[in-house]
Amino acid sequence: MSAPLRVAVDRDACCGSGNCVRTAPEVFDQDDADGLVVLRQAEPPESEYDAVREAAYNCPAAAIEVTEP
Amino acid sequence: MSDTLATNVPTYPFGNAGLEPLLPDLGADGVGRVQLPTGQQAWLFTRHEHLRELLRSADFSSDFTRPGFPLIRPIPEDMPRRPDGSLIRMDPPEHTKFRRMLTPEFMIKHIRTLEPLIRQTVVVALESMRAGGQPADLVEHFALPVPSMVICHLLGVPYADHDYFQERSRILLAWSSPPEQVRDAIEEMRDYLTRLIAARRDEPGEDLISRLAAERVATGEMTEEELVGLSVLLLIAGHETTSNMIGLSTLVLLKHPEQLRQLRERPELIDDTVEELLRYLTIVRTGLTRVAVTDTEVGGHRIAAGEGVIALLSAANRDADVFPDGEEFDLHRGSHQHMAFGFGIHQCIGQPLARAELRIALSEMITRLPGLALAVAPDDVRYRDAVVFGVQRLPVTW
Ligand code: HEM
Ligand code: SF4
Repeated sequence: MSAPLRVAVDRDACCGSGNCVRTAPEVFDQDDADGLVVLRQAEPPESEYDAVREAAYNCPAAAIEVTEP
Repeated sequence: MSDTLATNVPTYPFGNAGLEPLLPDLGADGVGRVQLPTGQQAWLFTRHEHLRELLRSADFSSDFTRPGFPLIRPIPEDMPRRPDGSLIRMDPPEHTKFRRMLTPEFMIKHIRTLEPLIRQTVVVALESMRAGGQPADLVEHFALPVPSMVICHLLGVPYADHDYFQERSRILLAWSSPPEQVRDAIEEMRDYLTRLIAARRDEPGEDLISRLAAERVATGEMTEEELVGLSVLLLIAGHETTSNMIGLSTLVLLKHPEQLRQLRERPELIDDTVEELLRYLTIVRTGLTRVAVTDTEVGGHRIAAGEGVIALLSAANRDADVFPDGEEFDLHRGSHQHMAFGFGIHQCIGQPLARAELRIALSEMITRLPGLALAVAPDDVRYRDAVVFGVQRLPVTW
């Protein structure tokens, strides 16, 4: 069995643009208090892989890291 | 360091002649030098990949008081050069602090709660335009009032004062305004907001300015001067941008009747349409200015500390590697990587609001005005000669 795709976020780098929440709402959310990214799942299902890759590419602050299987 | 000025470099900014952004021929890698009206020279970057690198890099500053910062218009000698509270001109760590105070106010889930208010504002404006008879100027009756009313509501600025602040923000953004007039317009906006903040401090409302005054100024996290600077930025950025987008978007949709027909038939295409309009129009056409704070590199070009750079969003949004046939408007494109809102830590904080306004305004407009048409020849439409691209007027019938 191959390893799953893993997502990590860097809240210090995040500027709260919300792009990731628009692109992959199942995986990312924003904190009510400071608007910074909150990870909903670090090992999303395969159906989310494309959305997660797109979110990482479009993150303006380079705050999303994706480790490919 | 290239202190020696290159000769024969194109003069920047390039002007707003029409829907096609004007670009000098820069050769294959899309990097060049430009001459600014202030006598300085700056680097010009136009490729999508280069802008990603540049705008994400901590080697560049947005602070226009730093030496070498590329100023795209002359500043009067006696103008106070302070970025106080104006988020867009700050660097970390101050930028980070201010941005985090504001982000929750503009994030998607908060903007969603505002949608009924946006829709009501849109519907009232459309119906009163319709009642006023045709032809009518869509900018005056729809594109400008809707975002102005919404940002006024959010900030707690009385909409009744719109002539006062719209007039001043117009002066601020027009290329043709003499520097002294720009300075006066800024000072008048600051005075206006200083008075408003004092009033909200004594009698708070349910609005953002009241909240910031009570929760941030009273606690010493922000000075009153900084709140003034921040409010000026929000008031200007909050209505000028979206209003120009609504006017231009209407023009583009009317010039593409087949795509407009598809959108009317399949309303769910509105989200993709808005993204493509943002890409195609890129209203912050002048691009973003930064200064290098250390010796660095972008796309293999060495940039010395103190040199200015311009990131030309309008060019990156037509980069053929990312957007094939980018000069065409195509609502099926799925333009997810566009940079109309910028890139990097300053990427537009108001984007969820702008998207909601555009989606609701354009959907309601094309549904309620099924016969919408231009009342002038497309070639007679006049564009604004301003920092933010837009149409001056848009006479329509329905
Ligand atoms: C379609 C409409 C809009 C467009 C195209 C747009 C575009 C932009 C761009 C390109 C930037 C980046 C500037 C830079 O990096 O130097 C920016 C920043 C900003 N925008 Fe917008 N904007 C729009 C609507 C709005 C709205 C509705 C607001 C309302 C509050 C707003 C508030 C701001 C603020 C406060 C910043 C500075 C953010 C920071 O420096 O961290 N914008 N916008
Ligand atoms: S896209 Fe990046 S900067 Fe924006 S909220 Fe998500 S993690 Fe933060």
